[in-house]
Amino acid sequence: MLKRLLGVLPVVFGVLLLTFLLVHLVPGDPVEVMLGESATQADRAGLRAALGLDQPLPVQFGHYLLQLTQGDFGRSIHSGADIAGLLAERLPATLRLALLALAIAVLIGLPLGILAALHARRWPDQLATIASLTLSAMPHFWLGPLLMLLFALWLGWLPVSGMEGRWAMVLPALTLGFGLAAILTRMTRASLLEVLHEDYVRTARAKGLPERQVILGHAMRAALLPVVTVLGLQLGSLLAGAVITETIFSWDGIGRLLVESIEKRDYPVTQACVLVIALSYVLVNLLTDLVYARLDPRIRFAS
Amino acid sequence: MKHWAGYVVLFWLLAALLGLLLSVSGLALPGFAQADQIDLSHLLALPDSSAWLGRDDLGRDILSRLLEGASVALSVALVVTSITLLFGTLLGLLAGYYGGWLDRLLMQITDVFLAFPGILLAIAFAAVLGPGLLNLVMALCLTSWVGYARLTRVQALSLRQRQHVQAAESLGASVPRILLRHILPLLAAPLLVEATYGIAGLVIAEASLSFLGLGIQAPHASWGSMLRDGVRYLLVAPHYVLAVGFSLMSLVLAVNVLGDRLRDALDVRRSD
Repeated sequence: MLKRLLGVLPVVFGVLLLTFLLVHLVPGDPVEVMLGESATQADRAGLRAALGLDQPLPVQFGHYLLQLTQGDFGRSIHSGADIAGLLAERLPATLRLALLALAIAVLIGLPLGILAALHARRWPDQLATIASLTLSAMPHFWLGPLLMLLFALWLGWLPVSGMEGRWAMVLPALTLGFGLAAILTRMTRASLLEVLHEDYVRTARAKGLPERQVILGHAMRAALLPVVTVLGLQLGSLLAGAVITETIFSWDGIGRLLVESIEKRDYPVTQACVLVIALSYVLVNLLTDLVYARLDPRIRFAS
Repeated sequence: MKHWAGYVVLFWLLAALLGLLLSVSGLALPGFAQADQIDLSHLLALPDSSAWLGRDDLGRDILSRLLEGASVALSVALVVTSITLLFGTLLGLLAGYYGGWLDRLLMQITDVFLAFPGILLAIAFAAVLGPGLLNLVMALCLTSWVGYARLTRVQALSLRQRQHVQAAESLGASVPRILLRHILPLLAAPLLVEATYGIAGLVIAEASLSFLGLGIQAPHASWGSMLRDGVRYLLVAPHYVLAVGFSLMSLVLAVNVLGDRLRDALDVRRSD
């Protein structure tokens, strides 16, 4: 477990280095790109000094790390606002959205996957397979507008976009959740099918346990393990998916902040959003691994 | 019916070819307007005999633009796949065969790249490189090689223990010969399957970046930028989004199904 914890450090360092270097990938002079052509020489020199771009790269990187350890993400070039404040303002909205999407995905994906596995190669399975294949060919920027058209514009059941009222969250969460539900269905199905052939499942049946208890009590416990891993991995990618979904539904989360900052060429904000999303992803993966180790007696007792 | 996925992919390949031909020659389909022909008297017009799929917010023919979009989507996907397949495979072969510090370095780098979920890193690269076709291709290349490198590396690691490779080594075969003649052929099947899924992923990635305004720029058509424009007029002209969305979905679905079929036919086990 300690090894896993230490193994994360080089990755975190690499993520920091890569996001730091992002600004230096800007073709030409980032300061010029940010300020536009009308800026005076003094403005440029001022911004360059403010961003520390006039110093050697390793010094800049050291400075960047030092600032981050103090929770200082710098300031927005566009509004001058404190970026840490912006993130703190936007992150909760994204987390709420991601958690609801996760709940939707679990509520749809698990039962559907179990159903498909228990009726393997018969019509419920085929239906679930077709549904999950189709959904995984529907990126958020196509599923989102489709749901919006159906439930907001034609049926009028849900708000089109924005954050007013508790129902506003449903469509973006469905958009994010459906894709994940598709993956979860396939994972649960495959995982359960594999387990159903194990000896201990046959033993459970042989000793006369009711089928319900065999599936939910015995088979699912083992089958859920790989599913948990996928779920952890996907929670992070929900944050990335939020970039497009939040843009479609005008949901003021960190994803929309990222897109807005890109449009305004507000590089420090872009950098901070990318960093926060990537680091949360790393953190979630780490937690998943630790949870997995707790859940699986084979790993728990081995270490 | 059994081979529908192949036919759908073939259909879009031909459509893309036609789209490319039309946009390069500046000609139009008989009876239709050119992809960039603006017609302000028919804004967001519904489908009719002069425009089978209707017109967009500038009165342009959606069908012609769909064809151009198909050529953009597929050529970006194919170009990026070719480049990253070559580069990723080479890196993976070297790392897997030599091991040691080269291998550790490559794994560290790919770990860092994989720490950025989904399309985030491509968005970040495209954001700093700026919009445009070339930068789009660059951003996608910078992020898409990782999967091939890791796949090749794992396989090369185990294949170098095989007897035929060790026999070649003891016969004094050169490293390039061992890698290219004795290891790479055994990797062709999994790489082909991976690349098929990769193409579907890249069609989505190109559209995602263009949707965010980071990819193909006006007046050129991309499925992503068409969807973005379409969402704005969802209420008055749902046919716009629907036409593009169903096109994209049919292509991605068909390529994925083709990937599944290839995987089963070639008996490839994927780790993820």
